[in-house]
Amino acid sequence: MRYLGQLAIYAAFAVLIGYFSVAPSYTHAPTDRGEIKLSFSHGGQKRGGCRQLSAEEIAKLPPNMRVARSCPRERLPLLVEMDVDEKPLYQETLKPSGLSSDGAARAYRRFSLPPGPHRIALRLRDSDRSQGFDYEGGFDIVLQPRQNLVVDFRTEAGGFVLR
Amino acid sequence: MGQIKRLLRSVFAALDRAFDRPFGPAWNPFHNLGALGFFYYWIVAVSGIYLYIGFDTGVERVYASIERLTHVQWYLGGVLRSFHRYASDALVVMMLLHLAREFAYDRLRGVRWFSWITGVPVLWLVYASGITGYWLVWDELAQYIAVATTEWLDTLPIFGEPIARNFLARDSLDDRFFTLLIFLHIAVPLILLFVLWLHLQRITKPRINPPRGLAVGTTVMLLALSLAYPAVSHAPADLAKVPGLLHLDWFYLAWYPLFDLLSYKTMWGVAGVLTLGLVAMPWLPPLRRAKAAVVDLDHCNGCGRCAADCPYGAVAMVPRTDGRPFAQQAAVSDSLCVSCGICMAACPTSMPFRRTSELATGIDLPDPSLRDLRERVHEAANALGPGPRVMVFGCDHAVPATAIAADGVAAVGLPCIGALPPSFIDYVLSRRLADGVFLTGCREGTCNNRFGLRWTEARVDGLRDPRLRKRVPRERVARCWADHQEASHLAAEIEAFRRALSALPGPDATPPVAASASHAPVGAP
Repeated sequence: MRYLGQLAIYAAFAVLIGYFSVAPSYTHAPTDRGEIKLSFSHGGQKRGGCRQLSAEEIAKLPPNMRVARSCPRERLPLLVEMDVDEKPLYQETLKPSGLSSDGAARAYRRFSLPPGPHRIALRLRDSDRSQGFDYEGGFDIVLQPRQNLVVDFRTEAGGFVLR
Repeated sequence: MGQIKRLLRSVFAALDRAFDRPFGPAWNPFHNLGALGFFYYWIVAVSGIYLYIGFDTGVERVYASIERLTHVQWYLGGVLRSFHRYASDALVVMMLLHLAREFAYDRLRGVRWFSWITGVPVLWLVYASGITGYWLVWDELAQYIAVATTEWLDTLPIFGEPIARNFLARDSLDDRFFTLLIFLHIAVPLILLFVLWLHLQRITKPRINPPRGLAVGTTVMLLALSLAYPAVSHAPADLAKVPGLLHLDWFYLAWYPLFDLLSYKTMWGVAGVLTLGLVAMPWLPPLRRAKAAVVDLDHCNGCGRCAADCPYGAVAMVPRTDGRPFAQQAAVSDSLCVSCGICMAACPTSMPFRRTSELATGIDLPDPSLRDLRERVHEAANALGPGPRVMVFGCDHAVPATAIAADGVAAVGLPCIGALPPSFIDYVLSRRLADGVFLTGCREGTCNNRFGLRWTEARVDGLRDPRLRKRVPRERVARCWADHQEASHLAAEIEAFRRALSALPGPDATPPVAASASHAPVGAP
């Protein structure tokens, strides 16, 4: 009787472990929709140009750090916009990273969309201009259910790219 | 907080009783939660070594290598993979039950804070070990965990580049990633082992191995589960697709659906509050500590019994400082002493018979002292009514003394039943302060001070110093270990003992000796 009791407890524990190690199942994202992931890392232009230092200013610098020009480290924030099917979906001003704001600004956003054809328009401003954008791109896509479409930004590729 | 503890304690007490029937106190899994946790850790480690041999860290080959182990070599690799998985799950169950039990029995406040605090990183490390393990399989579940974990980590402003960008597309990952991951999956459990070692530092004789029968039973159970319900992978990871239906291991991954329900930042808040809450718990509220045991060198001969019996390593034997002709003396560390009194009972000089104006012992509690104890014994004896008179010595953590006292039954409460010097049993019976002595304390395997019950039984049975003298009539000594909910069962046992005493010839008709500590009984034992 005692061993039967032990057997029952072991069996119950096994069922508990076996069941909850795989169940109940979970759906993280709807399986009938696709996803666009906008993610990039890009440094905005430097805030202000380089300046020629005067002889007095150079003299004040430590001997091993004397340079003729002073260039600011701080970068400009990025303005990013994304439209899907000609409707604005996303707009954000991304601050540069780093304690001195001299690092790249980073974007990482996910958007759930119904499957089917879509027109994506993207714009990015990384300079101190007040109007317009430095980079623009557009893609005609046919999104599949559960598709993960990544939109990246690469200066060397000329702007926005699909991955 | 107190109500939650009481409620949980009742639940555990009920489970203890239920599991005692089939397993007995020694094999009861609830008395071996920590040891079972260690046991599962070793199963995971050993099975993990074999899986590592068959594991390929190439990003295109990692999934296939695990599939090969699971399906082609199902009889060994597949079984060991399942064994690895299910033992990890069982480890989480044991860890959480152990945490809840220690909380319920209030084994976290006062000097016990150290074991509790060092247990908090264990939680994080166990989860980190399990999560990196699921990540290694590189199936859809691993992809989901990878993306969610890195997105969560990216909300901390510590990474130059978002680490989630490593999982953007198929070309984002390279072979080095899985090399790093397998390193983490080995390094984190090794760090865990070190923290577990720290976790045990302030207790003596820690039980890190379950009884052999329980170990065999749980191993067979895990093997049977592994054969009947083998662990399998999801479809291979595909970063071009969003993971679909996921069969989560809720023991490790219950946290992840909360990311979808709440925000990542909120979940950092939840994790922070939970962690800080656990860290602060030993001081919520602070324990009003009883004073630590004190060594009286005039009565200490350096025998070392107190150090051997202390459950918390609070007593150490150090070189003699008073010039007396003994090699050592006892020294108490205030920061480790829980004032359980076990050392006092272990001291051979803790003799109530001693003919001195002031009863003293080699190591004593300031409150209650040995002298206080003798006074309380006399007070209790004086209050005893007619009939077979029973003196009960009980533990304050079990059924309270006030609930035990009845007609013909007097109870003396102790911080632990292990704080009762065996000579007191002899004293009560030989001085005819009562007709029988009844010992009670925490249920077997649940002693609040770890070894109180074990040492008491060994002392009374003559197996451990200081032993109960042979002249003590054993038929006049009884014991019953019962938890705080078993007052009626205890009362019935005491009543049965009284009936048994009434059938015995001899001193039951003798009236109690009216005495006080100042008129301490005289004469040698």
